[in-house]
Amino acid sequence: MSYSALALLRGALTRHRHWQPAWASPEPRASYDVVIVGGGGHGLATAYYLARNHRLTSVAVIERGWLGGGNTGRNTTVVRSNYLFPESARLYDFSLKLYEGLSRELNFNVMLSQRGHVMLAHSRHDLESMSRWVNTMHMHGIDAELLSAEQVGALVPALELSPQARLPVLGGFRQPRAGTARHDAVAWGYARAASRLGVDIIQECEVTGFVRGAEGRVTGVETTRGRIRAERVAIAAAGHSSVLAALAGLRLPVTSYALQAMVTEPVKPRLDSVVISPGTGVYVSQSDKGEMVIGGSLDLFASYAQRGSFAVMQSVLAGTLAMFPSFSRLRLMRQWAGIVDVVHDSSPVIGPTPIPGLYINCGWGTGGFKAIPAGGWTLAHVLATGRNHELAEPFQLERFTSGRFVDEAAAAGIAH
Amino acid sequence: MMLLNCPWCGARDEWEFVCGGTSHIARPALTASDAAWGEYLFFRDNPKGLHRERWRHAHGCGQWFNVVRHTVTHQVVSVYAMGEAQPAAGKAPT
Repeated sequence: MSYSALALLRGALTRHRHWQPAWASPEPRASYDVVIVGGGGHGLATAYYLARNHRLTSVAVIERGWLGGGNTGRNTTVVRSNYLFPESARLYDFSLKLYEGLSRELNFNVMLSQRGHVMLAHSRHDLESMSRWVNTMHMHGIDAELLSAEQVGALVPALELSPQARLPVLGGFRQPRAGTARHDAVAWGYARAASRLGVDIIQECEVTGFVRGAEGRVTGVETTRGRIRAERVAIAAAGHSSVLAALAGLRLPVTSYALQAMVTEPVKPRLDSVVISPGTGVYVSQSDKGEMVIGGSLDLFASYAQRGSFAVMQSVLAGTLAMFPSFSRLRLMRQWAGIVDVVHDSSPVIGPTPIPGLYINCGWGTGGFKAIPAGGWTLAHVLATGRNHELAEPFQLERFTSGRFVDEAAAAGIAH
Repeated sequence: MMLLNCPWCGARDEWEFVCGGTSHIARPALTASDAAWGEYLFFRDNPKGLHRERWRHAHGCGQWFNVVRHTVTHQVVSVYAMGEAQPAAGKAPT
């Protein structure tokens, strides 16, 4: 059933009894062409693009918990493509372009709100590096504009703009096409669209090992619901990538950290941009419900706990109040964390592993949500064709041996 | 909030410390291959469970020390000096 205004109207007249589950939950079959481990945004998008772009529908997505219950449901919903290096700019802007058409493509409203993303400049050095950054983005064909302090003030009147501020605002830059999208809807939309194309979505099924064939080739997965054979297996498990890779005897250049986020009680509209300060590492946006959504730096020690430390929460909130003193009376409603897979250069890994038959999409670290469409598109490409997608070519595991990094640690926008 | 037991200053809260990552990573010989150097510099076990790691009492005595900590519960199982042999793996606390 397609979602439309007409379907809503029909529901209104028939007591909404015609709605069906958005995706099927079949029992796992004995074998598939492709098994994707991880039912978050990247895994579900991979399944969808395998079916849509490559007509591969013998595909299963296997999820230990529930769809989008990991980082897809734990991020701060920001989408943007303000990256510095050409390799990243191409990849992330491709992703943003897919986001721009996603609601129509999936027939599911992902509530993309291109409200603009403002990065503040607190020093002359910030201003100079931002002017370089904006020029670089223009050369990549990506929208960006430098802002004076007055322009920042006009866009974000809630900011502390006095020259006496702890971190005075001297200007900034903005990507107008950046913004937010509803994270759950992205997972659910891809799941529904993939399921309609014949992909099996299997929740509450944990992968406990890999089936190995001749020459160590991965030929399937052992799960809590039995053995599932597959021609190819892909891992899209973010912070748990190392745990799954270890089951196959593979080490990754990944360290897992907790990245926390929090929301205040909902208030009237006060902030209609995403605002980030490189001085505090804090970024804030206001959700459609009115909550201030706040994110900041990692808890800088290895963790799989999915909860943030109080010490970091305190410093993130201190940074928030330095930017927005008027938020000091808001009460915090919720605080949580996701486990992010951080690699040395803060760029992803999308492609084959040294183990035949095993592919991986990981290393997005703190910025995986914005990349869901591109991560899925490029992983589907290599799974279906056996060749890396040209956008994913610079993002291979070999770079950790060759040293050919795409070092976006600075451009990712928060301190690592 | 974690409470870490600095061997010199006693129990202090997490705020005062900086984590220096995995302990006991042996540097390969200068003649090692690119693959061995890459492995040494970037590849990690990243365990979900007990992890041996270095911490520094940055806002205190400034000393480094080793910690065995569980990466899910954050429980500290043992603390030992730099240069000391790593303790036997032990069992994860429940």
